[in-house]
Amino acid sequence: MRTVDIKGPLVVAKPLGTGTNGELRPSALIFLSLLWLSLLVAFGVLVTLLITIFIEGQNKLTMDLITNFPASTPDNAGARPAILGSIWVIITTAVLAIPIGIAAAVHLEEFADSRKWYNRLVELNVQNLAAVPSIVYGLLALAFLALLGVGDTNIVIGGAFALTLLILPVIIISTREALRGVPREIRDGSLALGATEWQTTWRQTLPAAVPGIATGSILALSRALGEAAPLLVLGALVYITFDPNGLLSGYTTLPIQIFNWTGRPQEGFHELAAATSVLLLVVLLLMNGLAIFIRNKFQKRW
Amino acid sequence: MTSVTEKVGGPRIASGPRPSSHFAGKPRHGETIIKAILRVAAIATVLTTVGILIALFTPALSFFAEVPVWEFLFGTRWAPRFADASFGVLPLVTATLWTTGIALVVAVPFGLGAAILLSEYAKPNVRKVLKPLLEILAGVPTVVYGFFALQFVQATVFREWLELPTGAFSVLAAGLVMGVMIIPTVASISEDAMSAVPTAMRQGSAALGANRMQTTLRVVFPAALSGIVAAIVLGISRAVGETMIVAIAAGNQARIVSNPLEQGQTMTGFIANAALGDSRVGSLEYNTLFAVGLLLFVITLAINFISIRVVRRYREIY
Repeated sequence: MRTVDIKGPLVVAKPLGTGTNGELRPSALIFLSLLWLSLLVAFGVLVTLLITIFIEGQNKLTMDLITNFPASTPDNAGARPAILGSIWVIITTAVLAIPIGIAAAVHLEEFADSRKWYNRLVELNVQNLAAVPSIVYGLLALAFLALLGVGDTNIVIGGAFALTLLILPVIIISTREALRGVPREIRDGSLALGATEWQTTWRQTLPAAVPGIATGSILALSRALGEAAPLLVLGALVYITFDPNGLLSGYTTLPIQIFNWTGRPQEGFHELAAATSVLLLVVLLLMNGLAIFIRNKFQKRW
Repeated sequence: MTSVTEKVGGPRIASGPRPSSHFAGKPRHGETIIKAILRVAAIATVLTTVGILIALFTPALSFFAEVPVWEFLFGTRWAPRFADASFGVLPLVTATLWTTGIALVVAVPFGLGAAILLSEYAKPNVRKVLKPLLEILAGVPTVVYGFFALQFVQATVFREWLELPTGAFSVLAAGLVMGVMIIPTVASISEDAMSAVPTAMRQGSAALGANRMQTTLRVVFPAALSGIVAAIVLGISRAVGETMIVAIAAGNQARIVSNPLEQGQTMTGFIANAALGDSRVGSLEYNTLFAVGLLLFVITLAINFISIRVVRRYREIY
């Protein structure tokens, strides 16, 4: 009996001898067209979204958007502090989340004994955290900063803290999958040559899993970049007319700036919101393209 | 855009390759410390959960000291900022039910249709193109979806083209767009589940004279049902917790929604809106945020546990 290898590329062999007679029945054809319809609806909405946003925002897609500060009139307003704020928050998030996420994943996948109840609890907990609504992480960060006695919670490190907790489960899950993809023989070979467990992990397993880890981390960061809800709770919806310049600096981010402009009554601000959306989508598509490229180019098939 | 969280509910591969530690050399100097650091990182995730519980419960308890629990859960008027304040959460819950229900009406059929097409019909090279394209939908920021729901779906389609009797906001516009956002979640996990059904079962079905539609509906679909249910449940928890689309397009008046063309404020919408105002730490207003957050957290946690349960209980292992 053939079994399907769920880890590798999925090759579903065509059933033997599927004649064409049964496939051309009206019911089967209607069924197939309904399936195509559902995919077309999804793509149709995506294309409509991209086109409407581009049309609405095209007038504002100028250098002013990148170089100017927000203003009370839409004419010369720009998203410069939001762009810098996003960069600050995302880099801080990456610095916090990637090492912790990889460390936790390495522990769970390589060292923890999954027969022990407490290790299984950690695993179940990571699964649950991945499904917690993002806004709850905002409330957590808000309460934590209040506990530390921070008066103004709209600081770069506060937002990065919330986003770190948000994407940590995503990084852990994808890193574990990448580590699981490294065959046992690699580890055994290394151990047989006298390496310690840690040397094996550091010099063999982790390097072999880097493409998968990089892909997962980039995707997690792109999620953080598009996220607005937790930052909104922390008070990032503010009028910023300076460049953020440190971990304790006030900031706003691109999604928050879009939210802000969307809520204004004047049409010009909606154009700005659309233009900023185009900018954000381009950055996200580039990040995702990079992730897919790394996955296809460097991922080893064992 | 490949979203890695999607794997959560999918069929889990039994424990992967693990090193045979009895080969290992003696740990070198400092390696015990490294392992301890790794363990601390793993424990940090548990601390996050504990932190969420403490962060939500502490202010929520002060809230429930002032507002009785039953009045919160079953009251029908939500007006926390009025002089005669009232804290009945049902208006927020009904709005959440509307947006979630509408989103599911969109996401479940279209998501499953896309999953069947990708898993049972598409050739590998077609699949390789279509799947990442579908996942772009999951990567669009929710604030952009919100803008689209408000400016295009509500303002242009509903009001200008269809001339529907609706205001600036509606739960219908928010729900429909949210449904599209969730399509990749439902599609991706159910496709994994259907792809995991062994080819031999399809061949057996075909050998008995079934065509591909019959094989899909009567053999593959039932065999993958636990994964499909998990996909739908995860979709529900996404919809309940989604914030920006509803904060932008569903409206901000908390009242019981009886018609999808009305506006309404969801639980997440309330938290987002209330957080915009300055509320002093420890005030009733501040605590209200956390009471609603706690309710939201409990609901999504319950939904997620049901999903894990369903997968464990009904999973067919081949």
